[in-house]
Amino acid sequence: MSLSSLTKPWQPMSYGFLDASAKREIRRKMLKAVAVPGCQMPYASREVPMARGWGTGGLQVSLTLINPKTCVKVIDQGADDSVNAASIRRFLAQVSGAPTTLDTLKANLIQSRHRIPEEKLTAHQTLVLQVPNPEPLRSVQPNMSIARQMHGDADYGRMWLQLYEQIVRSGRVMQGASYPAMVNGRHVMTPSPIPRWDVPKLHMAQHLTILSAGREKRIYAVPPHTRVEPLVFDDVPYRVEDHGDLTCHRSGARGFFMNEIPLPDGSAAHEISDSEYGVKTIRTRDGEAVETGDTWYINGLIEDAT
Amino acid sequence: MTLTLNPPRLVATDALLQISNVSKSYGAVNAVRDVSATVYPGEVLGIVGESGSGKSTLLRMMNLEEIPDSGTYTLDLPEVSGNLFDLDRFARRMLCAKRIGIVYQNPHLGLLMDHTSSGNVAERLLVAGERRFGELRARAQDALAASEFPLERLDDPPRDLSGGMQQRVQLAKAIALEPALLLLDEPTTGLDVSVQALVLDTLKRLQQERQITMVLVSHDLGVIRTLADRVMVMRRGQVVEAGLVDQIFQDPQHPYTQQLVHAKL
Repeated sequence: MSLSSLTKPWQPMSYGFLDASAKREIRRKMLKAVAVPGCQMPYASREVPMARGWGTGGLQVSLTLINPKTCVKVIDQGADDSVNAASIRRFLAQVSGAPTTLDTLKANLIQSRHRIPEEKLTAHQTLVLQVPNPEPLRSVQPNMSIARQMHGDADYGRMWLQLYEQIVRSGRVMQGASYPAMVNGRHVMTPSPIPRWDVPKLHMAQHLTILSAGREKRIYAVPPHTRVEPLVFDDVPYRVEDHGDLTCHRSGARGFFMNEIPLPDGSAAHEISDSEYGVKTIRTRDGEAVETGDTWYINGLIEDAT
Repeated sequence: MTLTLNPPRLVATDALLQISNVSKSYGAVNAVRDVSATVYPGEVLGIVGESGSGKSTLLRMMNLEEIPDSGTYTLDLPEVSGNLFDLDRFARRMLCAKRIGIVYQNPHLGLLMDHTSSGNVAERLLVAGERRFGELRARAQDALAASEFPLERLDDPPRDLSGGMQQRVQLAKAIALEPALLLLDEPTTGLDVSVQALVLDTLKRLQQERQITMVLVSHDLGVIRTLADRVMVMRRGQVVEAGLVDQIFQDPQHPYTQQLVHAKL
């Protein structure tokens, strides 16, 4: 008789790096965040084997949501192959046994920094955004307890004052990334440093978006089919970046958010910022049968979400 | 023979502001003791007194920044009724934002020093819910023009302005929403005499043109005499004498008022 015949064969009793109580807490905070869209919920941000500021908030949410059957995609500024994205993806796979993918359509869980994929996300997908600074009022109210009171009172006049100042000083709204948006007509949130181009993608989206700041210890969420309206004046419409008429020099595609590549002669070439979508357009052009999903923007214009 | 006098025209109407029997102490210090005041529409009430007499505390109560230990406060406005000290923080803030304008002695209290001057005025309109850029800009400009602010400096931050101009920005901010009540806390203290006269001129003109109800706190009898219709003399948290400006300054009854008037004249 050997010891192994007396015991059950080894199998993992837990996965996802975090212990059960940590995951439980984050799950509860995510539920709260979904219940009050755009409202920041404090949570006990745990240690993960990564420095604060490198996506620990997003990583904790991903580790909580992941299971061995989840298909994971990780994006860093639109690219799947940057060091950050690759190492977070490898870590998630290693601690959970989950399959990974680069394809937006196949992924169930997408952790992202600075971009939302160009292909539309659907109801079976969850987007996790890493947030460096979750407090939209920080620039107008450095005192955090007063800022919380302002959220409570929906006292957001100062946010428009910021836009007013930008228009007066520069002739247009200068806020590039982290453009503040009103969620469900109640809470103003910062949508993490995604470009203005990506903010309308959150409006009435099919998918769940969870935003998490590890260093600042805040989780907030945009549930599916929720209004997300960037703050604007009634007579100054919201403008996304003027990328609608740029052409990708690799695939020839037009009408998507582009990365600018400076050339030696002082001019610039552009390539699609969403790297996997760029690869797909190149392969389609070369005659391969690649499954490409619907995109939020068509010919550089966003569809009117309803 | 008894002499009956009809009340002056102002007094015949309902009071706009009524503050009754307010007391406030900070620890052992009684800042305000059992003070009552009434302000009628279109009138300017001056409050004089030495430093520490409780006049600024009283003004902060009128601006609902400070809640007294006891006493009531009513404003004759359609949207509010009852004792305003019982309102919750949110209702208080909305009432102050929409109906009460205040000019502080120290412009740092009332202005955002790093924003543009027009932005400071626009903030007031934004709090009240205005969301059109063109409208904000036009109304901020109007308010600044009304307070005789040089419009070529419209978009300079108050940080870069002189003291007199900072007070004008504060004033523009206070009158931008056509408030029912304008509170002035030593608006000209700290300005040199010629600028002081100009700011007083502006206040006087605004008062005449728009019939704004004002409460003016000052330790300077000259300022009170120029602007106020009635005056309340405070000392150690209590009102020692009240009446029409001419009456008080020509014929002071209370020894402290007599001292004050003689010290000035």
